[in-house]
Amino acid sequence: MSLVGFPHIWSKNSSLAFAQDGEIKVGVLFSLTGTTAIIEESLNKATLMAIEEINANGGINGLKITPVVEDPASDPATFAEKARKLVLSDRCVSVFGSYTSASRKAVLPVFEKQENLFWYPTLYEGRECSKNVIYTGAVPNQQQDDFIPWLVEKFGKRWYLIGSNYIYPKEENNYCKKLLEGLGAEVIAEEYVPLGHSEFSSVINKFRSEKPNVIFSTVVGDSVVALHRQYRAAGLDPATMPMASLTTSENEVAAMGGDAAAGHFTSAPYFMVFDSPENQRFVEAYRSRWGGDKVTHFVSESAYFQIHLFKQAVAKLAASDIGPLAIREAVKGEEYKAPQGLVKVEPENLHCWLRPKIGQCKPDGQFEILTQSADWLEPNPYSAYPNQKCTAEGLKEV
Amino acid sequence: MDFVVSQILTGLSLSSILLLVALGLAIIYGVTGVINLAHGEFVMLGAYCAWLLQSQLGWSLLASLAVIFLLIAALGWLIEVAVIRHLYDRPLDTILATWGLGVMTQQIVRLTAGGELRYVQMPPSLSGSVDILGATDSAYRLFVLAVALGLFLATWCIYRYTSFGLKLRAITQNRAIASSFGINSARAYRLTFAYGAGIAGLAGALISPLKSVSPEMGTTYVVDAFMVVVLGGVQSLVGTLASSAVLGETSGLLAYYSNDTIAKALVLVAIVIIIRFRPQGLFAPRVRA
Repeated sequence: MSLVGFPHIWSKNSSLAFAQDGEIKVGVLFSLTGTTAIIEESLNKATLMAIEEINANGGINGLKITPVVEDPASDPATFAEKARKLVLSDRCVSVFGSYTSASRKAVLPVFEKQENLFWYPTLYEGRECSKNVIYTGAVPNQQQDDFIPWLVEKFGKRWYLIGSNYIYPKEENNYCKKLLEGLGAEVIAEEYVPLGHSEFSSVINKFRSEKPNVIFSTVVGDSVVALHRQYRAAGLDPATMPMASLTTSENEVAAMGGDAAAGHFTSAPYFMVFDSPENQRFVEAYRSRWGGDKVTHFVSESAYFQIHLFKQAVAKLAASDIGPLAIREAVKGEEYKAPQGLVKVEPENLHCWLRPKIGQCKPDGQFEILTQSADWLEPNPYSAYPNQKCTAEGLKEV
Repeated sequence: MDFVVSQILTGLSLSSILLLVALGLAIIYGVTGVINLAHGEFVMLGAYCAWLLQSQLGWSLLASLAVIFLLIAALGWLIEVAVIRHLYDRPLDTILATWGLGVMTQQIVRLTAGGELRYVQMPPSLSGSVDILGATDSAYRLFVLAVALGLFLATWCIYRYTSFGLKLRAITQNRAIASSFGINSARAYRLTFAYGAGIAGLAGALISPLKSVSPEMGTTYVVDAFMVVVLGGVQSLVGTLASSAVLGETSGLLAYYSNDTIAKALVLVAIVIIIRFRPQGLFAPRVRA
């Protein structure tokens, strides 16, 4: 900016402070077009809303947050390219973004090489330990530790695992099988369908002949709509053979219709109906900003509260010290009263302490929260691998 | 016993959806030789029409079927007039043009209707399940099967017993000679394209309560449809029927004993092997060359 006539990239990065002209730039990297745009758009909206809220209340110690919004178009290669642009050319101090694991893996090298900071709001399969990512979504142990025993006790020990054929369902199932083994329950089938698969009649036939007590579904995307609608068309009954999911949020239910989702269970740290003053404020603000028919869900809630964690961390720093690594150090152990309840960033692995809840879907498309874990749960991204542990120094064998 | 019945029913249900989606393609490809890559988008538009009529006007699915057929047929007619008829006998160009049309249609739908996944409510009278010989099946899936067979029969009768069908068969064998006998082949092509598009639209509307409705949904169906047509034999309606039955039952059975991922792969391998040794497909019309 000071070197007129030179391409910006030639100037020495270290000589430029991240906070300049009364503003700090952050990157917002959610797909606004392409296959996952539907869900990522809601994350973009929650992120921008949180930034607007903070700016309207005077910013961070007088500094305004300026979002630089890029559209990576649901394509991992474009994610990496846009991340490079946000970090190198826009000199953002942090980037908030991405939904799928594939896109997170694509941007990871950019942030690790440039020592920048990436904030990832989605629940995911764990098994990752990066010093340059703050993970604000749930990992398998947080969603399953309460959920699986609860379902075994309530419905029984014969489990059918069905998932989409990629990394996320397999890792979730690895942990699920471990828990089931400890509970003396039996996995009668573990099956994966291709991504985008929409014909579940054979699978439903197997449900009929195997008669599992619980169907643990990690089917994602438009497949989940087809699975639920065909389950219902086949006349199966959620009261005796419920589907249990870690990904079916208000957003998916809106796509499949409340009648098809009713009676099935989801475990998540946040549901739209959760009764807290923070959530009431969040839902009201979201609807008045983006439209009265919009739903909030557990990923958009994380996208929202992670901006507030960012703000708290930056507020602890002097303007001249603001930088990605300083923010990372400052956010360790930071707590925030999010719509789901109090959350905290674990200093060791940069994941969040969250309070999982079990919800049952109702025909109106909302969930009824049946139980809530007694305390917040520690994030353990390597829960299925007891001899590995993610620490502040990196991954350790124990 | 009930296991065998329910397995056959599952296969039939898969077959009926394949038949519905492939029938329109088989007609268009068989008669005009146009490889219509926008076929999946006709299916998608049919599903969107069903969603639109239901959510905006409150029409039940059954009531809107005839309207959807006419709407998509009209669209097919327009596309034939505007684009396709200039490209007959230029196979590569039609592939490109129809592919481009497909991409445009997807984006137009995304821009106007939004990218969200949609669903269509099943007709309440068909939302239960039925017992057949000890096996249970969804009433709606049986309904789809009946409609698919009905449409096939209607198409076959038109092809076989009407003078229009006779003309179509003549054109299929040799367009130039048929024209020299006074058959208006341009009009026949246009009607065929419209009819094929209409059937695709109907297919989309009929599967919409079982699947999710999204702008990209057509791409998977166009692949399935081509599989059926290639295996069945390009100019044979009976071949289309037989190959959807074979593919549906086989993939149902394989998926039951392994899983859908393996079933899909094995079916594709089988098709590759079959067309290696029988490139004309299972049913090839006997024509004196």
